[in-house]
Formats: sequence, structure tokens, C-alpha cells
Amino acid sequence: MTTLYEPWDETRGAEIIAEHAGQEGATLVILHALQEAFGYVPEAAIPMVAQALNLSRAEVHGVFTFYHDFRHKPAGRHVLKLCRAEACQAAGGDALAARAEAKLGVSLGNTTADDRVTLEPIYCLGLCATAPSAMLDGRIIGRLDQKRLDALVAEAQR
Amino acid sequence: MSMRLYVSRDAGAVAVGADEVALALEQAAAKRGVAIEIVRTGSRGLYWLEPLVEVATPQGRIAFGPVTEADVPSLLDALASNTPHLLRLGATDEIPWLKRQTRLTFARCGVIDPRSLDDYRAHGGYKGFERALSLGPDAILNEVTASGLRGRGGAGFPTGIKWKTVAQAKADRKFIVCNADEGDSGTFADRMIMEGDPFLVIEGMTIAGLTVGATKGYIYIRSEYPHAVEAMNAAIQAAKRGGYLGDKIGGSTYSFDLEVRVGAGAYVCGEETSLLESLEGRRGIVRAKPPLPAHHGLFGKPTVINNVLSFAAIPFILAEGAKAYADFGMGRSRGTMPIQLAGNIRYGGLFETAFGVTLGELVDDIGGGTFTGRPVRAVQVGGPLGAYFPRALFDTPFDYEAFAARDGLIGHGGIVVFDDSVDMRKQARFAMEFCAVESCGKCTPCRIGSTRGVETIEKIINGERVHENLALVEDLCNTMKFGSLCALGGFTPYPVLSALKHFREDFAPIPTTLQAAE
Repeated sequence: MTTLYEPWDETRGAEIIAEHAGQEGATLVILHALQEAFGYVPEAAIPMVAQALNLSRAEVHGVFTFYHDFRHKPAGRHVLKLCRAEACQAAGGDALAARAEAKLGVSLGNTTADDRVTLEPIYCLGLCATAPSAMLDGRIIGRLDQKRLDALVAEAQR
Repeated sequence: MSMRLYVSRDAGAVAVGADEVALALEQAAAKRGVAIEIVRTGSRGLYWLEPLVEVATPQGRIAFGPVTEADVPSLLDALASNTPHLLRLGATDEIPWLKRQTRLTFARCGVIDPRSLDDYRAHGGYKGFERALSLGPDAILNEVTASGLRGRGGAGFPTGIKWKTVAQAKADRKFIVCNADEGDSGTFADRMIMEGDPFLVIEGMTIAGLTVGATKGYIYIRSEYPHAVEAMNAAIQAAKRGGYLGDKIGGSTYSFDLEVRVGAGAYVCGEETSLLESLEGRRGIVRAKPPLPAHHGLFGKPTVINNVLSFAAIPFILAEGAKAYADFGMGRSRGTMPIQLAGNIRYGGLFETAFGVTLGELVDDIGGGTFTGRPVRAVQVGGPLGAYFPRALFDTPFDYEAFAARDGLIGHGGIVVFDDSVDMRKQARFAMEFCAVESCGKCTPCRIGSTRGVETIEKIINGERVHENLALVEDLCNTMKFGSLCALGGFTPYPVLSALKHFREDFAPIPTTLQAAE
């Protein structure tokens, strides 16, 4: 299940911004909407958001860079997130993270050279009673073990 | 007559295959020509039994679990012929783990269809709201205050006092904000109730609105919870259609509307002032208090900001009366606490019980020890900012003051269990590392101290001047504790210092003979 994103288009971007600009405190709402459409928040969109909300570019850039979720470039075709918080650590998450890194040949927070898989840490999916857990392109997986992880990695590499 | 089955749609159940099981049930039943109806509920919170399948019988629901796709044919056979099945657990309500609980907040979770307003109302929903309407704001405040309810997010501030402050404030607009940025590892009660009984949160917030005179509310949900976002949005739409949100709600003169806002992966936004900044569309930088959010909150207006579980406790208090709630608990911790058992644990899940149960009962007795079968060595209570407790402190009762007296905190009620393979140096290092990643940057002790903390603990791990560096870490922790505005910098010392204090053996220098042997 690959999520398909639109290529960046200024007119489309302006539409998305206009759709949400009327809400109070709309900056995060707009950044989320842009990322949902394009897969990342293109640099060119930042001044457009600033103008729509009567903010400075620096303010919008500041918001964009504060939050871990927002991407400044597209992710790989698949995004595999591994929970690295305490409950998953207690259930053997460290070894699984190391295994995923070795299998994909990238460390957490990076994308494989063929742009197929982005491997990311996530701090808690709230699945702490069925730890360790992971998320592949929005699909959540609990009770992760070596076998299930290997299957996930293979699926992501396809 | 068709057979009615219940399968959870809770993220924790879906993560272990509940969707696949529901689909397999539908397909297998269709193939056999058996009429079934599958209701997708929330989770009962018995996660080691998920995916749990329940079947409605004249004697009540019968549970089976954990069910896999492969079990579906034999399960349908057993149901059709009313014969025993290996996964049969008996009547759901009689499962001891569930029966031992006192479910006031989670009474409906796992029972009803969270998408159905009718189902919610049929199970006592909006009774609290109706009584609140008949009482009026002053009497509601008296009830909430008398219930002894304290903020369930972790700080434990009396909810009645907070609401009263906002009620008395004069302003053209006031807001109700629900903090659903449940970022603590080992906690999932907010997620469960939003996914399993979302109308309860809406009802609690609505009561808050009419009490303090607010007409608009926001639910700030973390982006890591897409299922909860979906469930809350669906419930808000249903409540609007049903006349429970919008103008003149429930036939009254009050108006109240709700909106979900989604976070963007910043842990610090679980801190209330940082959350308000984020809701306003800014960087989640912590604000100095005073002014309190009750006076100067969202968009500078008086704001009630409470945790999901605080709002979720309100409908029971109004429906059954303050005394019914306050009769549970110990000392100044009144009512029940939805405790979350997590990590390396055999019976993990949601255990709602009156305050006063001991840590040992929760971990050993109710939780059944570790999943790996090895001895329990440490538990972290209250999330990444909570202390690590050794077995020696397992007699601590679950109570705000009792935990504080032992340099710990109950926080949002999460308990993460570790077995004897845990390296407490690593956990102490992680606490500092997490603080460094998530610090908003406002306070120097948090922003820089956490990075220096990681470096210094690494030196200890590498055996460099261990005693001097241990003293340095303790000193640094004191600076962070007293020099940070919010709980991120202020409480990160809890896991670090508790690891040092209770698990000192992990930090001892490597004996010289071993060093020589390497």
C-alpha cells in the first residue's frame, strides 16, 4: 500500500492554504494538509502560508521546523516507523531496531539509497500492552518479533 | 435470527489482527450461509487476549481469545453447535481480570459501538449531561469539587477549583481544551477511551462548557493516534446530527461546539501551555505561569484545559453524584484511576481501580509478572518522566502523595515493566536523550542540560571517572529540576536519579581486575 502524492503545484498549494486559512490558529492545520497532499511541505509553500496568515516567513519556518512530523523533502516510497520508547524497549525493541537497520542498511531517521524505504523512530504509538510495535505506511503492527519484522521489511522493500 | 459478534476496532486490537479476524468471520459465515452481524467495539483492555471475539447469548456475552484467522472456522463450528472451544473464556463479565476492576470511566469501553450515539444513550450516555442541565453551573461546580476529582494528566490539580476559576473569569469568549496528547510511553488510556467511548469525552467537555460559560472546545490529539482522530471526528459529527453539539444542545439554551486538532509529533505539547501555543498555530514553546490558562489561556481567553480522563470521569460524577465517585480511593486521591500495565508484562492492559492498590499487586498479581518469564527488576511509573522503582518499593500504594513521598509520580497511570536483563545505565541515558530530543528549548537547564546529561552518563558507561561523573549527573539533575519551567526538564531527573539511587550496582565502576583482563 503505497500512498500516492501529488507533485508540488503552486496553484494546488494555494487552494489548500485558502481552504484552511480562515480557521483560528491555522498554521499546523495547513502544514498537515500540505504534507497530506504532497508528501512533504515544499520550501516554496512556506512564504505562501506566511502571506495567507499575515505572518512572517520566519514564523512559519519556525513552526515547520519545530515539529518532528513535517518533512522538507519527500520520504521513501514506504515509511517504516519503529517505536523506540520505554515500553517497547522493555519488550525487546532495541534488538529489533538494530535488526531493521542492518537489514535495510540505513540507520533510523534515514531513507535507503533506492528511495524505497524511510526508517524512522517513533516515540509511542500507544500500543504498549502489545509491545514492541511498528507502523508501516499508516498500518499499525503490535507484538513485533524477528519474524514479523522481517516480513514488514520485505514488504517495505517491494 | 442472525448471530451477533463483537470484535474490537481499537488500535491495540487492530495491531494484532482484529481487522483480519473480523473479515475472516464475515467471509467464513457467508460461505456457510450463516447470518452474522459484527459490531466493532472498543477494547475491553485485556490486550493479551486480543483479538477478542465475543458472541451475544441470552445469558450475556461469551468471549473467545486470542483469536487468529486460522481459528475462525473452528470458532464458527463451536458457535453453531454450542460445543466447547479451546479459546473459550466464558462470560466476558466473569473474566477475573475484568471482574476485579471498578470500571466507572471505562464502563462502556469495549461494550458499545463507538460510532453509535444511540448505543451510547442506551448504555446510560448523556445522563450526566441531563442532570447537569437541571443543576445549573454553581451546583455542577459543587459536585465536581465534592467528587475530589484531580487532573488525570499527571499533575493531579483539583478539577473543581480549575473550573471555578474559569467560571468566575469575565471574558467575551472562553474555551474548553482537551489534552489528548498522550505521549507517555506505557500509557494508552486516552487512546482507548477516545476509540472505544468517544461520546463520553464529548459529554464531559460539554458539561465543562456549560459550567464555565464556554461555547467552543478543542480536542488536541497527537498525530501518532490516527484511529483516535477518526473515532473522535466521527463521534463529533454524530453528536452534531443528534443535537448534542451546536446551538441549543439537548433542547437547552446552551450552545457548544467541538473541533479536533492534530498534533505534529512534539512530546512537549502534552504540557498544557505548550499545547495551547500549538493550538494557536505556533511552535510548542512552554509559557511561564502565571498567568494561568484559567485566566489567560487559548487565544488569551479563560480556558479549562484538562486531560481526556478528567473529562471522561465527569459524566459519571454528574449522573451518579459526587459521593458515589468520592467513596472510592484513599487519602486525597479520590475515585478510580485507569491504570495501564505495559512493557514486558504477561497480562498487559487497562485496569481501572480505586486508588490505594499497591504497585506489587498491580505488577505481580494483576499483571502476572513479565511476558518473558524472567524476574521483574524495575518498573517505570508515570511515563518517560516517571521514576524507576525496584521491587523493594512494591508496597507503595497507587496514590499521588504516596508516590511523591518516594520521589516518584503516578503521572498518567502508566506502568512499564522491565525484567532482569535491563541495563539501568541505558535507561538513565535514554531519559536524558529523550529530553534532549523533545525539549522545546526555552529553558537552558532542559535544552543544554539534557545533552550534557547524555554525554556524562556515556562517560559513566565507558568507565571514565565514574564517581566524579556520578556526582556531576546528580548536580545536573538538581539544576534541571529547579531551573526548568515545565515537567519535561523538571521531571527528567526522576528516572535518572531513581535509576542511580535504586540500581546503583549498574553504575559501579568496573573492577580493575576485569579491566585488566580485557
